[in-house]
Amino acid sequence: MNRDKTIISEDNVYRNTVMRRFLKHKLAVASTIFLAIILLCALLAPVLSPYSPDKVVGGFSDPPSVKHLLGTDQVGRDVLSRMLYAVRISLLVGFASTAVSTVVGVVLGLVSGFFGGILDMVIMRFTDMVMSFPYILLVLVSAAIFRPGLLNIILILGFVDWPGIARLVRGNVLSIREMTFIQGDRVAGMPKRYILFSEILPNTVAPILVYATSVIAISMLDEAALSFLGMGIQPPQSSLGNMLNGAQSISILTSKPWLWVPPGLMIILLVVSINFIGDALRDAFDPSGN
Amino acid sequence: MLKYIIKRILVAIPVLIGITIIDFLIMTMVGSPLELLQGPRVSQAAIETKRIALGLNKPVYVQYWIWLTNLLQGNMGYSMKSFQPVSQMIKTYIGPTLLLMSVSLFVSMLIAVPAGIYSAVHKYTPQDYTVVTLSFLGSSVPGFFLALVLIYIFTVRLGWLPSSGMYTLGAQKGALDVVRHMIMPVIVLATSMAGTNIRYIRSAMLEILRKDYLRTARAKGIGRFLVINKHALRNALIPVITVLGMHIPILFGGAIIIEQVFSWPGLGMMTMSAIISRDYPVIMGVCLMSAIVVLVANLLTDVIYALVDPTITY
Repeated sequence: MNRDKTIISEDNVYRNTVMRRFLKHKLAVASTIFLAIILLCALLAPVLSPYSPDKVVGGFSDPPSVKHLLGTDQVGRDVLSRMLYAVRISLLVGFASTAVSTVVGVVLGLVSGFFGGILDMVIMRFTDMVMSFPYILLVLVSAAIFRPGLLNIILILGFVDWPGIARLVRGNVLSIREMTFIQGDRVAGMPKRYILFSEILPNTVAPILVYATSVIAISMLDEAALSFLGMGIQPPQSSLGNMLNGAQSISILTSKPWLWVPPGLMIILLVVSINFIGDALRDAFDPSGN
Repeated sequence: MLKYIIKRILVAIPVLIGITIIDFLIMTMVGSPLELLQGPRVSQAAIETKRIALGLNKPVYVQYWIWLTNLLQGNMGYSMKSFQPVSQMIKTYIGPTLLLMSVSLFVSMLIAVPAGIYSAVHKYTPQDYTVVTLSFLGSSVPGFFLALVLIYIFTVRLGWLPSSGMYTLGAQKGALDVVRHMIMPVIVLATSMAGTNIRYIRSAMLEILRKDYLRTARAKGIGRFLVINKHALRNALIPVITVLGMHIPILFGGAIIIEQVFSWPGLGMMTMSAIISRDYPVIMGVCLMSAIVVLVANLLTDVIYALVDPTITY
């Protein structure tokens, strides 16, 4: 009974330390608040957006006005409403594809690091192969092969971006499995399943979380780039990238900044704030830091 | 040492073979060159003849073997669109890409090394936070958006720089002309790379500034400048080699989008137009070539790393 209590309080101490270190990063705290607001707006997009994102509600390319706060696009759709829905898509792609790549990477990394031997060699060589192809090139080729669309983009980004996580997890497992508490588990005859999932995995969560944050940021950038090139999210569905697509034409670039500046700034703000949070998490989890 | 290099090369060989297999499988999976022949005026028999002529009736592993032996002789197949040999096309377009990539890499290091050191030396001061914040901003701006902003400012508003191509049409080809066309793409590519590099160099430098031998150097009283620029920087440059190696695939990728935006006549633009027109032999040729370049670059990185770091023994 007593033992349980101390474990819980130790957990709390650790959590408090992490929290305290994270709160020291003012930019990260501001980013978290900003992200929370944006997330809320994205979730409430159907309620918040003044117009339907796909309906023609105004003139062609009207400049911002009281009626349309960010103006209307080339076919008369409300830019603000489209952007709210676009943020939704971008965040969804960022989180979902990261979830896919994290699961794939963690499983392969755990197996590779824990079991070692031939299995490890095969998995790591395969990781090397995938990593040798330039990431964007693989994504573009896959996007050309499969029909572009929301689900496919998530799967493509997820299945191309796992090698980094796999390597990270493997490295961590390799160092943790030599530690005394794992040796103790082995001596005590604990089942492998228990050692792997209840002892090793929890101890690699922090670095995985930090890495995953940067993957979210990268995935969102890649979705934007793909959609910008017309190979990602397809219109009429809006994404921050395909809203920028129109700016490739010189007349929009020069005389209709309301069509491309807001989505561009939105991508930057989202990615920057995710990166700040990731950086603060790295510091907060770092056992050597203070 | 030599043993280590040989070991690394031996490990790279199966990876190389794997790369060719993946590349070949994707290419055969996605589309058959026979699709191009389809049409009302093409008979079934003609397609069959062509299938046999192209060797497509053979089992996949035989096809792979034929493809591989052709590859080793420098034959990467033919474009489905222009019917040019792929190797020829890569040769034509690779020059501008290499130029763009190397200049961008150089410029990004030119920014990142001093900024990273400055940041590490002044750690936890407002200056440090400014540099780190800027570096985050640099790596978070989508390249194509920065490109649009630059085009808006320097081409549309100010009219200083050309927004596309490598040479001015009709003008005499000169180095200055190329430089003017290169400024904006280089800024875009270097910004994102410098963003990440600053943080790598900063943390490498911070690590080294804590080392005992630096305390000794400081205690000797040789002066701050020598301590930082001689004792610390040299050692901090070792991890930078890894960073450089890591950037090769990112550069290849970044070049595709940036070349497309700026119509830079390089490999990226060629690849993008091949992707749009589904010219698979060209796409997979570029994939294969870049994968091999990346593999060799990683190999070289490891070897150089082992050469310059005296503490690593094998």
